[in-house]
Amino acid sequence: MEPQHYKDLYDILAHAQGYIFPNEIDLQWGILIVVYPFITGLVAGAFILASLERVFKVTILKATYQIALLTALSFLLVATLPLISHLSQPQRAYEIMITPHSSSAMAIFGFVYLWYLMVVLLLEIWFDYRHSMVLWSQEKKGVMKWVYKILCLGVTDISPRTLSWDKKLGYIITIIGIPSAFILHGYVGFIFGSIKANPWWSTPLMPIIFLFSAMVSGISLVLLVYMVISRIRKIAIDLSVLDSIGKYLFFVLILDFTLEGLDQIHRIYEANESFEILKLLVSGKLYLTLFVSQGLIGTIIPLITLAFLQFYRGRIKLRKTLYFIVGMLVLVGVYSMRWNVVIGGQLFSKSFSGFTSFKVGLIGLDGTLMAAFWLILPFGILAFLLWLLPPWKMAPEED
Amino acid sequence: MKFYLPPQISRLAIAFAVFITLFLVARHFLVPETFGQYGHYRGASLDDNAMPVIHFSGQQACLDCHQDIEDLKLQGPHKGIHCETCHGPGQAHVVSGEAKDIFKPSGREFCGNCHSSNAAKKKETIHQVNMSTKNPGKNCTECHNPHQPWKVKK
Ligand code: HEC
Ligand code: HEC
Ligand code: HEC
Ligand code: HEC
Repeated sequence: MEPQHYKDLYDILAHAQGYIFPNEIDLQWGILIVVYPFITGLVAGAFILASLERVFKVTILKATYQIALLTALSFLLVATLPLISHLSQPQRAYEIMITPHSSSAMAIFGFVYLWYLMVVLLLEIWFDYRHSMVLWSQEKKGVMKWVYKILCLGVTDISPRTLSWDKKLGYIITIIGIPSAFILHGYVGFIFGSIKANPWWSTPLMPIIFLFSAMVSGISLVLLVYMVISRIRKIAIDLSVLDSIGKYLFFVLILDFTLEGLDQIHRIYEANESFEILKLLVSGKLYLTLFVSQGLIGTIIPLITLAFLQFYRGRIKLRKTLYFIVGMLVLVGVYSMRWNVVIGGQLFSKSFSGFTSFKVGLIGLDGTLMAAFWLILPFGILAFLLWLLPPWKMAPEED
Repeated sequence: MKFYLPPQISRLAIAFAVFITLFLVARHFLVPETFGQYGHYRGASLDDNAMPVIHFSGQQACLDCHQDIEDLKLQGPHKGIHCETCHGPGQAHVVSGEAKDIFKPSGREFCGNCHSSNAAKKKETIHQVNMSTKNPGKNCTECHNPHQPWKVKK
């Protein structure tokens, strides 16, 4: 008799090349773990764009300030769900918060996340919207009246003095918020960068690279959301807004590209014992997602296009279209970057002598449809938030 | 100047106090009863882990009845390989002692799992043979005793 496990073993061995250890056949971290840093990055990036407006008083970007904050919130609410749905015991997920261990990077992340959600993002939005929410609660009838009353926690005082405090406190939150956003996403990079057994991940540059790619993706997302919202509301897209976001995107993308290049050059020059296998990895299994998708489509083409848009002041329609395409390409590039890190780091054997392979399933808790669901859900939440807290119906600012 | 506390601050302080209290209350009820019994984990998880059906018995269990094979194995290069590495999970057989409950490997591919030449495997770690030129058509066990491969029958 030949037991099933031997048959399975033969099937599985067909996925491996060269020599790998038994526990490396299956990838423990699948597509949902790719989606998680992607979403967290969008949050941090969108928030940092909003903060730029506020701290450096970039008046042009006012139009996108609330959009950026609400986008950050919609994605932040979903950020942990891919992780939770990846667990085999999701009903126990909350235990990480109630019995955290200080040596667990993931447990501490729970608190970083909570801090960012409760103290930074919600508060900043609250201070920003309180005046309007009070006005809406006076205008509206029925349920909505009460919804807004509850949302402003019953603080209905809109005397100039109190309103000026909204501004001051909101500003303080923004100042706290910038390092918090850096920590939130730097932390995601840290979780990978601190895995010392994995030469593809283990580099102190990882948090910084993650942070800059986060900014790149968040800025692109806000750019796209702004364009789509304007389309839906049938108002003209303000080209100066696009130019201004595009300028930031251009500079941050250059920094991001430089940092990632630095990381690779360092790896190549150092050429330690893992180098041979990593060279095979990037020239083989990661070729498409690294060089084509992340490098060419996600970085080089957007960089050239953005450089061109810096001085090209010609046809408006063309410029708008180019910005839209650049935004999409950058998102594809950053998604590929997450893929290359998460999946790439698990494809080669720690014996440095072989590879396993990865196939994403379509269905199932760890499949493509699930990942797509977590990526689409935030847009639903965003639509709801924009309906509940429409930036274009806010109380006018009086300075 | 009189001290002025903006209403937002006092209201938010209350909201946060409520939130933190709720968290602590929830925590009180949600922390599993046996948490911390032995260390920073749920003590009852040890029982959970003991529940799954046992498939592997470990080599020691085989020796009650097959000490002869172990004695033979100890003389040869396979001495470091435990019975269940080749014979698969043996707990059912340990209990029943019946032949049908244990896997008896056969065929050239079986030895090839470990010995077929593979450029990525280090030569010092394991001896490798080219499966297509090594005595083709013959089963490895016709010449090698699997428990003591150097007892070669010619
Ligand atoms: C309780 C005593 C006992 C224990 C413990 C035991 N065996 Fe056996 N085993 C037997 C007996 C008896 C036979 C012969 C059965 C027969 O020929 O019908 C046998 C036969 C076998 C066979 C030959 C099966 C075949 O198809 O011809 C293998 C292989 C084997 N045992 C391996 C093991 C391994 C591995 C272990 C430890 C996991 C083990 N045995 C533990 C009693 C035992
Ligand atoms: C390197 C792999 C390997 C290891 C390790 C191994 N066996 Fe075997 N065993 C075999 C193979 C292959 C056969 C089949 C031999 C044949 O068909 O001639 C076999 C056959 C047997 C048989 C059937 C009787 C016989 O001699 O043909 C018994 C019983 C047995 N093994 C017990 C054990 C026990 C007990 C251990 C651990 C002490 C053990 N084996 C370790 C490969 C192994
Ligand atoms: C689980 C993996 C495994 C299986 C299956 C296995 N072997 Fe081995 N074999 C080893 C290891 C490990 C050594 C000791 C390292 C070495 O010297 O190559 C070894 C050593 C040997 C040697 C001695 C090599 C030398 O030059 O000292 C021979 C001959 C051999 N095995 C034959 C076989 C045959 C025949 C089979 C099939 C019945 C078989 N092996 C199945 C792992 C295995
Ligand atoms: C015709 C009998 C015969 C058969 C069949 C046979 N071998 Fe051998 N094998 C020998 C002899 C004799 C030696 C020692 C002399 C030598 O190195 O050629 C040997 C040596 C070995 C060695 C040590 C080689 C080395 O380079 O040190 C391994 C490993 C081995 N055999 C594995 C196998 C495997 C696996 C099979 C089945 C695919 C197999 N043998 C089939 C007779 C055989």
